[in-house]
Amino acid sequence: MDESEGKEAEQVPPSVRNPDSASASDQDDFVEPASEEIKNAVLVAADTFVDINYDDLVNEDYDSHPSGVIHAIVRSGSQDEHSSSEHNDTSTGEESSEDHNEIPKDLSAALNDVALKESDPIEEIEEDEYGKGSKWQLEKKHIFILSSSGKPIYSRHGQEDKLVTIMGVLQALISFVSAAKDSMRSIVAGDHKFVFLVREHIYLVAVSKGLESVQQLVLQLSYIYNQILSVLTFTSLQKIFKQRRNYDLRRMLSGSEKFIDNLLNLMDHDPSFKLQAVRCLPLDSPVRDSIAQSIIQHARVKDLVFAIILANNQLVTLVRMKKYFLHPMDLHLIINLVNASESFKAAESWTPICLPKFDASGFLQAHISYLDESCQTCMLLLSVDRESFFILSECKKKIQERLIKYNGLQAISDSLMKTSYSCQQCGISDLRHFLYKSRSMAQYTSPELEAPYLSDEEQERLFGLYLYLHNRIHTSVRPLKILYHVGKHETLLGWVTQQFELYAVFGPLITKHTAIGAINKLLRWIKKEETRLFILNSATF
Amino acid sequence: MKSIEAKVVVLGSQGVGKTSVVIRYVGGMFSKAVSPTIGASFFTYKMTLDNYRIKLQVWDTAGQERFRSMAPMYYRKANAAMLIYDMTSADSFYDIKDWVSELKKNIDTPIVMCLVGNKNDLSDIREVSTEDAMEYASSIGALYCETSALKNTGIDDAFLQVAQQLIKLYETSPNSGLHTIDLQDNSSRPASSSPGMKVDSPKKQTAQSTNSGGGCGC
Ligand SMILES: Nc1nc2c(ncn2[C@@H]2O[C@H](COP(=O)(O)OP(=O)(O)O)[C@@H](O)[C@H]2O)c(=O)[nH]1
Ligand SMILES: [Mg+2]
Repeated sequence: MDESEGKEAEQVPPSVRNPDSASASDQDDFVEPASEEIKNAVLVAADTFVDINYDDLVNEDYDSHPSGVIHAIVRSGSQDEHSSSEHNDTSTGEESSEDHNEIPKDLSAALNDVALKESDPIEEIEEDEYGKGSKWQLEKKHIFILSSSGKPIYSRHGQEDKLVTIMGVLQALISFVSAAKDSMRSIVAGDHKFVFLVREHIYLVAVSKGLESVQQLVLQLSYIYNQILSVLTFTSLQKIFKQRRNYDLRRMLSGSEKFIDNLLNLMDHDPSFKLQAVRCLPLDSPVRDSIAQSIIQHARVKDLVFAIILANNQLVTLVRMKKYFLHPMDLHLIINLVNASESFKAAESWTPICLPKFDASGFLQAHISYLDESCQTCMLLLSVDRESFFILSECKKKIQERLIKYNGLQAISDSLMKTSYSCQQCGISDLRHFLYKSRSMAQYTSPELEAPYLSDEEQERLFGLYLYLHNRIHTSVRPLKILYHVGKHETLLGWVTQQFELYAVFGPLITKHTAIGAINKLLRWIKKEETRLFILNSATF
Repeated sequence: MKSIEAKVVVLGSQGVGKTSVVIRYVGGMFSKAVSPTIGASFFTYKMTLDNYRIKLQVWDTAGQERFRSMAPMYYRKANAAMLIYDMTSADSFYDIKDWVSELKKNIDTPIVMCLVGNKNDLSDIREVSTEDAMEYASSIGALYCETSALKNTGIDDAFLQVAQQLIKLYETSPNSGLHTIDLQDNSSRPASSSPGMKVDSPKKQTAQSTNSGGGCGC
């Protein structure tokens, strides 16, 4: 990855950094008109997803698994017992500030060193005896998963059973630290970061020389951990290891490694994960409403918790049982499942899936089918009733008929053909690309990638810019509200308020003043288009 | 003409070709890059045979360990089980024995079983001989077929034999759990064409009728 902007990273004028504490005129330009607009947006903000906050995410105790929701639904229909079951324990994050102090320095060093990294032999983290050759060592990001007894479970590159030694070393390292009633979060060694996520029976380790911060890597590891829970449930994981501490978990995971592979690849290219937000397929709101209505009318089935339509990794609609919410992280796992499985295209499928944020203790049953011949539009009906396949299959038929009759499927495929929208449509010159996340809705929007971001390398570089911007803003030691960054190839502007997060990429020659004007114009455009770009009303059965 | 609806469950280890066989039969094609089944896939197939319209509801299950506990959901109500192994893998053949004893333990309605040795096109590297397989099949009262999803051999025949057994089962043992259904247009249908019973919840039938119909051995 080419990332030569690092040198300019510290050019950010101090006055722009914290609009709350300063009253520089620039910031007045920023805050006034836009926040007015955004306030309105919040009024209509939907409760489709649970909102999250980055600090919670990183500090969250993932062992406090919500559980019993499924049981509650089975037992008492729509009665809500959910709210009491989730609690946050923030104790794991307390020693982390030291690590985070390291990040900005380390990151800008990383940014500066890119040219070196491409050509230089990397400091060896492994020796040849592991038989993986130098290609293995050159991989940008390694992910290792092992059981708490040191048994290999997964390695992103190479074969995990050939990595027994490194797994053993990692296990010894982690146990050593936890024996001292301490926990290890990260080690920075040269341009490599080692990041650890220690769970009850499973240790996850990322070794990366990419641009991600420690926080961002922890988030990725949590996703991987949740992906494992998604195929096993926390309950059965616990049961397995209680019976045999030495169990080779690969047996139970066999066939689902590809979900982990796929998730890791998605996370390397798709901003949804680091934004903790879902991207919606742009649709006129009457069309989207009518699609949701088709589901509500024809899938009024007891024990059906969520009905979801996805197209090309984007959300078309979500209908949920009253009082139950789908966490973006769970939806991302569902998107990953669909994205990674060709087999759903051949026939209707019926498969168990655990959504860890919803209920880590049990499975939902998913009826999964594509609604169109070309297999672009996928519907999932998630129920707590294991026996409801045929009922849901009937529902699917009726929904499909209605969507054909009222051109819902046509509208979806038209929207897919148009490939979202072009940045030019926003009518802002010099704006090259942006990510806009509505925090209350946990949804985001972004235009198509256009020149100069057409090649893989350029897209990866753009993704790196966003990582950098996101990381600078959310670093927990000193979170920023606004970051204006002049780079060699482009100028970046990041802005976070209570309501939204905006990351914008401009051409290199833009002035700060113009950029501010452009951002305000962009916010107005988004407001105008919001019914098309976001799901504002959450539909319930 | 009578109409019956039968549930068929396809069992066997991962990678033996269950999905390939079903897709070959139902969809008429073969893909080298068939992707592993997640959970279970559901197919339907309609055919006419000996004055019967038969609708097969086929559950193609995933062979992976983690789905093993889901299997009862699919075989409990099944009228027929296709037990597929890969003839180039002795292990996959031994796995069938586990399936059979699991079926015997858990099912109390008669069920048609068909042992299928797939990947016949690779018979020069086979690890399971036809004799061994046939002997085992007859010991459990199952039909036996050798197939190749790749070359499309033996598959139609396997399903045809199963369908014939299902008809036999239906005729000899009305409580077999086979559904009588209405596949035709109502108007053209004689008032009471099917023989009376719409056997909806057949449970609790004991094995008294197991020996009726050649292939029913449980
Ligand atoms: N040579 C050969 N390969 C087959 C045959 N049937 C399936 N395969 C291959 O075996 C692998 C597993 O097939 P699949 O249908 O997914 O097996 P399943 O796990 O039992 O559903 C795939 O690579 C298929 O292409 C066959 O008849 N001959
Ligand atoms: Mg399969």
